[in-house]
Amino acid sequence: MQKNNLNELMNSGPQRRRWLLSAGACGLLTAAAPALAQFRVEVSGLGAAQLPIALPLLRGEASAPHKISAIVRADLERSGVFRSVDAAGVNVDETSALNASLWRQKGADFAVAGSVLALANGTYDVRFRLWDVVRGADLGGQSFAVPPSEMRLVAHRIADFIYEKLTGDKSVFATRIAYVTRSAQRYNLWVADSDGENAQSAFASPEPFISPSWSPTGAQLAYVSFESRKPVIYSHELASGRRRLLANFRGSNSAPAWTPDGRQIVATLSRDGGSQIYVMDASGGGEPRRLTQSSSIDTEPTCSPDGRWIYFVSDRGGSPQIYRMPSSGGSAERVTFGGNYNISPALSPDGKTMAFISRVGGAYKLHLMDLASSAITALTDTASDESPSFSPNGRLVLYATVQQGREALMTTTLDGRIKARLSGQSGDIREPDWGPFVR
Amino acid sequence: MRGNSYKYIGLIALSLALAACGSSVKLNDVPVEDRSAASSAAADAAAARAAAQGSGPSSSNAGASAGGAQSRAVVPVELTPRNAPAAAPTQLARVIYFDFDSFVIRPEGEAVIESHARFLSTNKSRTIAVEGHTDERGGREYNLALGQKRAEAVRRRLVLLGVGEGQVEAVSFGKEKPAASGADEASFEKNRRAEITYR
Repeated sequence: MQKNNLNELMNSGPQRRRWLLSAGACGLLTAAAPALAQFRVEVSGLGAAQLPIALPLLRGEASAPHKISAIVRADLERSGVFRSVDAAGVNVDETSALNASLWRQKGADFAVAGSVLALANGTYDVRFRLWDVVRGADLGGQSFAVPPSEMRLVAHRIADFIYEKLTGDKSVFATRIAYVTRSAQRYNLWVADSDGENAQSAFASPEPFISPSWSPTGAQLAYVSFESRKPVIYSHELASGRRRLLANFRGSNSAPAWTPDGRQIVATLSRDGGSQIYVMDASGGGEPRRLTQSSSIDTEPTCSPDGRWIYFVSDRGGSPQIYRMPSSGGSAERVTFGGNYNISPALSPDGKTMAFISRVGGAYKLHLMDLASSAITALTDTASDESPSFSPNGRLVLYATVQQGREALMTTTLDGRIKARLSGQSGDIREPDWGPFVR
Repeated sequence: MRGNSYKYIGLIALSLALAACGSSVKLNDVPVEDRSAASSAAADAAAARAAAQGSGPSSSNAGASAGGAQSRAVVPVELTPRNAPAAAPTQLARVIYFDFDSFVIRPEGEAVIESHARFLSTNKSRTIAVEGHTDERGGREYNLALGQKRAEAVRRRLVLLGVGEGQVEAVSFGKEKPAASGADEASFEKNRRAEITYR
């Protein structure tokens, strides 16, 4: 395999800039990967001050099982922090000297170069290097040797390296999400990469199940299953397929959420008549302890990341609103006051922001509340938003909605400017939950 | 002579090019930064490459997998459909309907409840579930709780009419099992209901 240096790069030709940005765009645009991209990522929006980065194809990528540079590009763009510049036809790898003038000409402040090499035993040697074009500095790189089945994960780890190096924040591309699909009379629980791809089925059932919730370690998912013709709560260990029945009390058992230490589950039980919030051991068995004492509906509990509070939905004031109480139970204070329907609270990892769904004029819409000031922002222009959760670095919100007539999983930056539609398994798609960082 | 020196240069260039092509070892080593779960793989690969440099192509990458991948394994679980519920007294209507956002039992619903109460009071071994449902508008968990209120309203009425507490369980399906699939008011009406199911 011949090593080229940058002076031999092919003329990229009069290629139109594929990545179109238009202010306030609400249409969806196909991301700028050339025909090699095997999946669709649709990102829209104009970010405030995005870092321009060049991501040419890795040498050898065209014949590799996954198009690593396209996965990296999609990850970085979805974060809202980066926009990729046209790097088509540039032929470099991690050993190439930096051609700063070329990249500056293309408007890039940063550039990545790498290679993929098939080894004799069926694994692949993947390498890359990150350059600061403006300073002409080598920011380092990594190398991996992996089987084809792990190549997507390598691409996410490359995107993580770049993101962390250039922003100083923890990166989430190698984390996972869970979501539910329904097709025909079959419900599936999927565990997928953070871009919705590479989904593996954890659970398939002919009866519905709802409310999947990741444990803090990422080893388990709790959910509500109707397989016994009533809602009961299971915790499901992904690596073994072992399911543990956590709550099958009289009546309905639902809305499971984990405490931050992973040892307990808060949930909604109707065992005493009416939907009330209880806490119970996450290992199953044992008596649940009741936390709310109202004659109204109390549901959708979620713990604050510091473990001090439980935010929940209650209609004790006449319509569903979000309240919080101490995590040991006790008197609740109301958190939402606008409108007459606020549900599905989700707390950011730093505990400072709450995502929730508010019904506005008949439409169910994702909002954020700054908990210190109670200032609220609306994030979407869709009307059927549901199930918000934060990425574990707190920079993105994952939710489900209906966009242009199709059910979709979406991520959005916290200012609502950069949204991405995730590809995923086909079927009605709903109820995503973003998993934690995993050591 | 000029022609000869070009030939020599050509030969040197060719042999350099061949050397670069022929080896699977990169001539400049990329500094390996070991930060990910692929760390053991990178270390193994680096060692393998170093060994290979002297002794030919490496074959020893067995076992050098991205360690993180094991912890991402997902074992699939599949459920098969369960048996149909027990036979009900088939001549009795089973469904009670509700107005929007309401769990008040209307007169037609009252009549349905009374017919089952009579049956259950005289068949003390029979048990039922009252399954509450909502239309599709609104959040899943809140609707589960609304459906629960509908089911419990029916259950309370049955118990008042003489049905044993242990004969009736009130459960909810929320909006997960609609009877009608449309997004119009006629479909919504059919979905706001409680169903009596014999177990």
